[in-house]
Amino acid sequence: MNNTVMDLSILNLAIAYVFVLVLLVIFKARGIRREKMILIATTRMTIQLTLMGFVLLYVFKHPSWWLTLSMLAIMLGFAVYNALKRVKYSMSKELKRLVALSMIIGYLVTAVVFMLLVLQVEPWFNPQYFIPISGMIIGNSMTGIALGANRLCANMRDHRERIENSLMLGATCKVATFDEVNDAFDSAILPTMNNMMTMGIVSLPGMMTGQMLSGTFPLTAIKYQIGIMLAILGCTAITVVIFVTLGYKTFFTSSAALK
Amino acid sequence: MLSLRKGSGIMFEIKKLKFKHILQIDHLMIDRQITCLIGPSGSGKTTLLRMLNRLNEAEEGSIYFNGVDIKEMHPIKLRRKIIMLGQTPILYPGTIADNLQIGLRLSEQPLADENRLRAYLDKVGLHKELSDTCEKLSGGEKQRLCLARVLLMDADVYLADEPSSALDKETESFVIDNLVTFVKEHDKQLVMVTHSAEIAQRYPHGLLELAQGGCRGYVYE
Repeated sequence: MNNTVMDLSILNLAIAYVFVLVLLVIFKARGIRREKMILIATTRMTIQLTLMGFVLLYVFKHPSWWLTLSMLAIMLGFAVYNALKRVKYSMSKELKRLVALSMIIGYLVTAVVFMLLVLQVEPWFNPQYFIPISGMIIGNSMTGIALGANRLCANMRDHRERIENSLMLGATCKVATFDEVNDAFDSAILPTMNNMMTMGIVSLPGMMTGQMLSGTFPLTAIKYQIGIMLAILGCTAITVVIFVTLGYKTFFTSSAALK
Repeated sequence: MLSLRKGSGIMFEIKKLKFKHILQIDHLMIDRQITCLIGPSGSGKTTLLRMLNRLNEAEEGSIYFNGVDIKEMHPIKLRRKIIMLGQTPILYPGTIADNLQIGLRLSEQPLADENRLRAYLDKVGLHKELSDTCEKLSGGEKQRLCLARVLLMDADVYLADEPSSALDKETESFVIDNLVTFVKEHDKQLVMVTHSAEIAQRYPHGLLELAQGGCRGYVYE
């Protein structure tokens, strides 16, 4: 097995940008006004990843617990910000806070179990493991909670009359919103499960591909990938379940009426 | 017709109540067994009804239920004693039987057997099979189903927001008469908002008129 990855020259990489040009041509031809967005997206991706490359280079060279934790805090912060931005309904302050809280708790629980018990990373803050794996877990739980929050807000708005009717009939807020909360949880967790269904047949996930490119034995790469998928599932589930089981309460007043 | 008796002794007393610009009631007793809230649109009838079971919360003032400030009562327990039937009939997924049972289920009461369910459908004049789906019901049928649903629940007080708005005159008389009979037979209290002149005429002693957010008490003392 070849244990060294071929370096990719900048010039060769530049050729890959031809795909953006293709998209630009399509946009132009079909009159879809997205040229500016794709240019910004491409530029941002390039700059962000390049900067991250240098940051990781530094962090890997100077491993320390505080650097790892700072990176994680920044990643979590961005993830929370992004999750909030993806929710197209106006959310109360309490609900926004709950998004952040759920993501932090969901991540912490998963990180402790996966990094310290499953991978048994040494030292515990080893940035080479902690940072990329956390990035994947947080990124997926961010998508999950954004979906869950969108669905919860939509359900609470669309089913308002029925929820209020249940209150009139003497239901607790929990019982009155039981279906809405379940549906929000389901919609948040479903994409991860669908992803797992096709994994290995349709898609070879990024991390596994990366590991194999860098010369890792495929079965080792696969073990990591299975572990990571389970961690993603766990983190998304914990994050979203905290969010929805507490989130519905923010739609009610202290006297159990809809706000 | 309705007597002046004060019903089962259940009563609401409202003191210095204020809610936005909608309601401002200095003092009001709702102590008759059958009370019909009447008044023009926007006079605060529905708001007052909603305040009686804390779906709207007073900004100022208090509402006492049998002498206890309802703010001191647990809202869910209060709503299980004081059940409200909303203006729009809301149906839940499932059959007619499911929709009848849902009130009992939501308020954590034992479910009713089929005979009881059928008896309550008869009370509201709805001749349907329990296993029928609800999709094809007309507006009036839905309204009667929702009424049967709340009657099945053993509440002390029934708050009904225009319970006959989707019914034709004949069905309206039948349903409201049955409702009133039910309330009297079971020693309950009924507070209903109505726009129907017929109903108002039938229960003159229960008339409470709201105007511009205020109310001076029963029309006929």
